[in-house]
Amino acid sequence: MKRPIRVVMAKAGLDGHDRGVKVVARALRDAGMEVIYTGVHQTPEAVVETALQEDADAIGLSLLSGAHNYLFPRVAELMKEKGMDDVLLFGGGIIPEDDIEGLKKHGVERIFQPGASLEEIIAYVRIAVAKRRGQPA
Amino acid sequence: MSGVVRPGPAVPAPAEPHSKGPQWQAQYEAAIETHPERKARFSTLSDIPVGPLYTADDLPGFDPERELGRPGEFPYTRGVYPSMYRGRLWTMRQFAGFGSAEDTNARFHYLLAHGVTGLSTAFDMPTLMGRDCDDPLSRGEVGREGVAVSSLADMRILFDKIPLGEVTTSMTINGPASIVWAMYLAAAEERGIPFSKLGGTIQNDCLKEYIAQREWIVPVKPAMELVVDSFRYGAREVPKWNTVSISGYHIREAGSTAQQELAFTLLDGLEYVKWGVAAGLDVNDFAPHLSFFFDVHNDFFEEVAKFRAARRIWAREMERRYHPTNEKALLMRTHAQTAGVSLTAQQPYNNVVRVALQALAAVLGGTQSLHTNSLDETYALPTEEAVTLALRTQQVIAHESGVGDTVDPLAGSYYLEHLTNEMERSFERYRDEIDGMGGMVAAVERGYPQREIIEASFHFQQQVEEKEKIIVGINKYVSDADEAKVPTLAIDPEVERKQIERLTEVRAKRDPGRWREAMERLRAAATSHSELMPEFLECARAMAGVGEQVQVLKDVYGEYHDPGYF
Repeated sequence: MKRPIRVVMAKAGLDGHDRGVKVVARALRDAGMEVIYTGVHQTPEAVVETALQEDADAIGLSLLSGAHNYLFPRVAELMKEKGMDDVLLFGGGIIPEDDIEGLKKHGVERIFQPGASLEEIIAYVRIAVAKRRGQPA
Repeated sequence: MSGVVRPGPAVPAPAEPHSKGPQWQAQYEAAIETHPERKARFSTLSDIPVGPLYTADDLPGFDPERELGRPGEFPYTRGVYPSMYRGRLWTMRQFAGFGSAEDTNARFHYLLAHGVTGLSTAFDMPTLMGRDCDDPLSRGEVGREGVAVSSLADMRILFDKIPLGEVTTSMTINGPASIVWAMYLAAAEERGIPFSKLGGTIQNDCLKEYIAQREWIVPVKPAMELVVDSFRYGAREVPKWNTVSISGYHIREAGSTAQQELAFTLLDGLEYVKWGVAAGLDVNDFAPHLSFFFDVHNDFFEEVAKFRAARRIWAREMERRYHPTNEKALLMRTHAQTAGVSLTAQQPYNNVVRVALQALAAVLGGTQSLHTNSLDETYALPTEEAVTLALRTQQVIAHESGVGDTVDPLAGSYYLEHLTNEMERSFERYRDEIDGMGGMVAAVERGYPQREIIEASFHFQQQVEEKEKIIVGINKYVSDADEAKVPTLAIDPEVERKQIERLTEVRAKRDPGRWREAMERLRAAATSHSELMPEFLECARAMAGVGEQVQVLKDVYGEYHDPGYF
């Protein structure tokens, strides 16, 4: 039997903008996933540790403070250090177009910008996690 | 959640029957037979049901003398001043701050040269959270979302060549508000400007931090004591200063409805007054220094109604609870900012139009000052060109539209007065609920307003997904073609390194004896719950950093952690 997808929704750094992350967390939960929300002001280390302890399939990182070019790569780096190659890293927030390619190179698979629909995010997480598990979505 | 009576609008209310006379009703039925109504249910952005027509029937028992009065007269529905914009226009106050103190000082001079009439400072995240720029959690954040101010050294540069005795300055800072305000006072003192001449506002609204904005430093009760401490000092030493800006803006941006924004903000205000009075302050001395700050969103009439209702409710509640003899204690004076959350990254030029409509609503709502957002703010902090356009939007409304030439021109509109009444009714339901819990501090500690907002924001997102609420460029009229690209502001990555260098230098060069004594006195005052503002001022003069002073407060009062509701 397939176990439900487990997602850690996270806020790293000092950013307090949390409307988006909570709406997405709620939508993923309503879509049948197990969602852990870290709350705001987490260190990258704490985010990765939570994902490890929760045996998460995915980390969804939200950032609207402009610190994405440090915090996203830092989370990706820590995930590599911990051998979490099978865990999906995606994100969303106020991220300028020009920064997205760079973040993808660091291992952030997908960035959702303002205006993304919940339906789109749910579908993406289902498919991307299934791919990593080697299962059909 | 069954059995819970929710005062908010998360559960849509049924459409109201509207009796407009049998003849008109028949004509209406016939008309919609031919042209069916565009929606199954009409409601405002915040889900107040909207009927097809409003008449005197919708205002049963409406007494204009009692409900509206005259501008500048109780209950101030029509405005806090008798002449409103015929004498002086609202203050055009653009919120600005990015990079280093030098960068932001240059932007301030640019804005003043282009006609802003008040300054408003945006600090970066480390400053807002009371952390030094070299704190591990500050990495990547220095100068990003606002200007980095770590000590008096930065404050001097930030306001260099700005006439502090003439321009009023607003500072959006909360947890460490007193510490940063003290640095501003110390900078003015060095330039020989007496405190009595300084005008401005510190946001200093801790309650909405737990409710919405999440820039807290200590738990709720000690945070309230810090706010009351600034009331005491301000009323005595800096009489032209607003020592709190009770803010609905962040509550709304966190996803609340207009009714929740209105209710939670005014109830926050009433809680500050309660704490001030309990601490022995005279309501006639400090309540006139309370100012407000509201969001102004897309639903035009709902927003105008919100501002009018806010004035009426504040006057009535203050009168009922405290009977102040100083009339100024009854006035709900407010700043407004257009809704950042309403802007879209898609088709960004549409944002110019949204901002114009929202700004118009704020003016027709009778705001005292206004910030208009820039079209590029879903990408980054605004460029100089984008800010200029946002400011010009206000200037066009002020000088070309004519809406400020008479006071409260929309008064008496059946629909608007109906909505204004609805806003007041909704406030009363929340008031009874929260008063029943023992007030806002108790409600916040229970997570009540936090959860109400989460419900409302999720409900709204669902309405967008279902296309019950339309956002142009998002769920209707979506462009497949390449989006219009707007230029965005980039922050120099060197800012963080230079800021750390400057703070290191400040620490190395300051008088260690004076610094140590100031810090020890601060710790002693915090521990004994004595007056803190004089200590923060001495710490500023002794070149103590924001982060180290906040650390003292955390050592004494403890820290607050996000309960992580969702």
